[in-house]
Amino acid sequence: MESSVDRIGDPWGSRVPHGRHEPWPARVDTYLTDGVRPDMVQEWVQAASILHSDGDAMDIAVIDGRMVGVRGREIDRVNRGRLGPKDLFGWQANASSDRLTRPLVREDGRLVETDWETAMHRVVSRSRELLSERGPGSIGFYTTGQLFLEEYYTLAVLARAGLGTNHLDGNTRLCTSTAAEALKETFGCDGQPGSYDDIDHADVIALFGHNLAETQPVQWMRILDRLEGTDPPRLLCVDPRPTQVARAATVHLAPRVGTNVALLNALLHETIRHGRIDRAYIQAHTVGFEELAARVEDCTPEWAADICDVPAARIAEAADLLGTADRLLSTVLQGVYQSHQATAAAVQVNNLHLIRGMLGKPGAGVLQMNGQPTAQNTRECGANGDLPGFRNWQNDAHVADLARVWNVEAATIPHYAPPTHAMQMFRYAEQGSIRMLWISGTNPAVSLPELARIRSVLSQKRLFTVVQDLFLTETAQLADVVLPAATWGEKTGTFTNADRTVHLTDKAVEPPGEARPDLDIFLDYAARMDFRDKDGGPLITWHDPESAFEAWKRCSAGRPCDYTGLTYAMLRGAGGIQWPVNEQAPEGTERLYTDGISWAHPDACQDYGKDLVTGAADSAVEYRSLNPDGKAMLKAAGFLPPHEATSREYPFQLTTGRTLYHFHTRTKTGRAPQLNAAAPDVWVEISASDAARLDLAEGDLVKVSTPRGALQGRLRVTDLRPGVIFVPFHYGYWDTPAGFGPDAATPGRAANETTITDWDPASKQPLFKTAAAALTLVERGDGKPSPAPTTTASAPAATHDVPAATTGGRTAHVSQTPGTAWGREGNHR
Amino acid sequence: MNGIKIALRILHHGERNLIGELMSLSERHRTEHEIHHVATDVAAWSREHVQRLADAAAHYDLDLGGPPDDSSDGLLATLRKKASDVMGHRPEPGLLLLRDLREVHLAATHNSLHWEMLAQTAQASKDTRLLTLASSCHPQTLRQMRWTNTMIKNLSPQVFTSL
Repeated sequence: MESSVDRIGDPWGSRVPHGRHEPWPARVDTYLTDGVRPDMVQEWVQAASILHSDGDAMDIAVIDGRMVGVRGREIDRVNRGRLGPKDLFGWQANASSDRLTRPLVREDGRLVETDWETAMHRVVSRSRELLSERGPGSIGFYTTGQLFLEEYYTLAVLARAGLGTNHLDGNTRLCTSTAAEALKETFGCDGQPGSYDDIDHADVIALFGHNLAETQPVQWMRILDRLEGTDPPRLLCVDPRPTQVARAATVHLAPRVGTNVALLNALLHETIRHGRIDRAYIQAHTVGFEELAARVEDCTPEWAADICDVPAARIAEAADLLGTADRLLSTVLQGVYQSHQATAAAVQVNNLHLIRGMLGKPGAGVLQMNGQPTAQNTRECGANGDLPGFRNWQNDAHVADLARVWNVEAATIPHYAPPTHAMQMFRYAEQGSIRMLWISGTNPAVSLPELARIRSVLSQKRLFTVVQDLFLTETAQLADVVLPAATWGEKTGTFTNADRTVHLTDKAVEPPGEARPDLDIFLDYAARMDFRDKDGGPLITWHDPESAFEAWKRCSAGRPCDYTGLTYAMLRGAGGIQWPVNEQAPEGTERLYTDGISWAHPDACQDYGKDLVTGAADSAVEYRSLNPDGKAMLKAAGFLPPHEATSREYPFQLTTGRTLYHFHTRTKTGRAPQLNAAAPDVWVEISASDAARLDLAEGDLVKVSTPRGALQGRLRVTDLRPGVIFVPFHYGYWDTPAGFGPDAATPGRAANETTITDWDPASKQPLFKTAAAALTLVERGDGKPSPAPTTTASAPAATHDVPAATTGGRTAHVSQTPGTAWGREGNHR
Repeated sequence: MNGIKIALRILHHGERNLIGELMSLSERHRTEHEIHHVATDVAAWSREHVQRLADAAAHYDLDLGGPPDDSSDGLLATLRKKASDVMGHRPEPGLLLLRDLREVHLAATHNSLHWEMLAQTAQASKDTRLLTLASSCHPQTLRQMRWTNTMIKNLSPQVFTSL
């Protein structure tokens, strides 16, 4: 094993063989900026990764009040010292010269610098006017999956109990709402059943629409290490792209986009037909088996083969893999969540595990993944379209309990309808019933579907827009007030990753200029608005991260996401701990549902469920009659054709997605030199057969168009499924002359110029992966390469050489050192 | 036998009517994207009901005809789409939307009651063919009703408090 590796060219670093049922050996990754040696570092400050949902624990290196590098935390259960490329290089964006350092307000159509007093006065006086003229329903909040727990909780309290608006959601709607909905549909309540440690024990790992190698690269390192150890797992990959996961898989299925339910129903059909089911488990812990069995009875591999355009024999092989596993781990992400019939498909993965009894045991688990680092907290704190603590808005006892925690009347908390989801909020703003939208830590002018529409909503004069961010994003450029925020490394707080691991992340350096932590901004607003509880005392009684955490603990008490056993002191200096943490589980909880289903009882559940086709809500009465004893619910779903079909005019299926080197809309990763250089601009992927048919080649400038809009990018020819176009969604306009959208000189660059406004009726997650598009040549590449990385799913097809492989050079070299337990394992390379 | 013919004819008419209501809801409210897509999805259930009712009717010497053409081209549909786009930034269509959802809900309720009558008649006359038909179609009618009810419940507070 080498001591130094170019982690742009080799994103996953060196292998440490990892035997089944053994602890994962550590490997400590350290990156220090040029000229800094470890002995020069004055302070290592504890943190965790903010650029994906893995929750990689790390320390920030500080010299003279400046960040100079990062190092993985060896003791942490999540990453055992390893870091991914975004963790290693992304922190440099904090020190960008274009950070916002002062508030901005719009004067005569232009944003001008001002002081906090002026900016906050504008926000508060507009809030007051709207409250008195139009009521709380005229104010909405659109937050993120990238703040800290303490910030979401404060925002949830001030919005739901302070203003009394029902309009608070996160951009987690785009990344994780199907995960939450699928868990609610099956288990009655949100909460990740499995644990990353299941990777150490599984003999089959199935990844459904989950490009783990790029979205959570450190867990992919864990799988790669297992593939080189004793008794390696077999992998099933369902993905239209030739991802690294697909390349390593025993069986890779690349179904037609939008057909996940058909494929999963066929897999369930085969599992039941071969009797590979655990009847005792089904009997003890589930309801609905007969209906599920009846629904999939005709869903043979041959039937699905026609719909999915995958050979029936391969579907049968996949079913064999799943059916013969003795410890099966499944993971699900955007290939399911952002595709047609999102919740219905995600639920079928839960069903597979329930009928096989593969739950709550080491190696047997489901990971319904998140996209963003703190999305789990957006969900549990009630900042994402649910009440805090996974409380049920339809259950008066739950609302009363929340009102008790907040010391307000139950009627203060809107619960006449489900909390408004983000897409509906933008519709209300379009229609003019929402007149103030406060956007924190997200960039809808690049990340929402159908951008021309989103820009027209955000540019309306009658809509007062507040944007709280680090940079003058595309969205901030359209705002009325811009509030400069501090970020990771400049503020303290906790957050929770996709396997319920809570980490503390400490302030390492001062924020630039007058930038303030998001928590301080929310607390300032609450104080200026003078929100009161029912006895006239202040509604918000906390003043800093730790006191906010203590307040959240009281709200989480007795709920599935119980934090009452955690303190900052426990988390500081230690590794992450998985919730629930309470008197019964003082060390945390590795897996949920080890002893039956715990939160599905009608009195306890978070949601009574929805119709997976229409999204219609079930009532308490219906839930109670379906599931009186609180078991897991096997919900069947039939296949429906996607809403937008290909046509002669739009013959391709368009799917958007991410690359390893970037996060979200590149606000940070586009400002980290190594990451930016690895994938500097948008590109377009098609298959080798489509390229041959259309006489297109690597580097050709092409235009992708749909009825909504168009974008241009240079072509990469890959082993992608024929008939599909892939475009990465990260790229916008902040680093073009156009600023916030395409203009006469700057053609479309954002994938979302083309995407359709359509969402899953149950989870309300927008469908970024099911649209029809046309592809045309703009100009020949003449030797110019596509900016697509060669190391990932965008690697060129074997028959299509590209001029140069993606490398990072000298400034991307990262040191790798053995962990303490390293020497005993031997045999590394 | 005459009674069964009447029941089939009424239901067939009701399901065809519901298809029309759902398709005009879908076209008129294109800027309400969820309404637009889901209305089309659940109209497919009524199309299937119409076809199955027509197939069943043949056994009773009754000719009812299949579902209407599913293309939404026509001049009226185009006008509805255009009107929907033009009105996208105005609040008044909120009221119109609630009214249209109410009409769809009532049309589905109408059908639901007729499925109930058909099922009862089938039981009384030991007609298993009709009983199977009713018990396989009626649940989808109930889902159409639950959907419109949910949308009305979720959308009406914002529509009415913002007027």
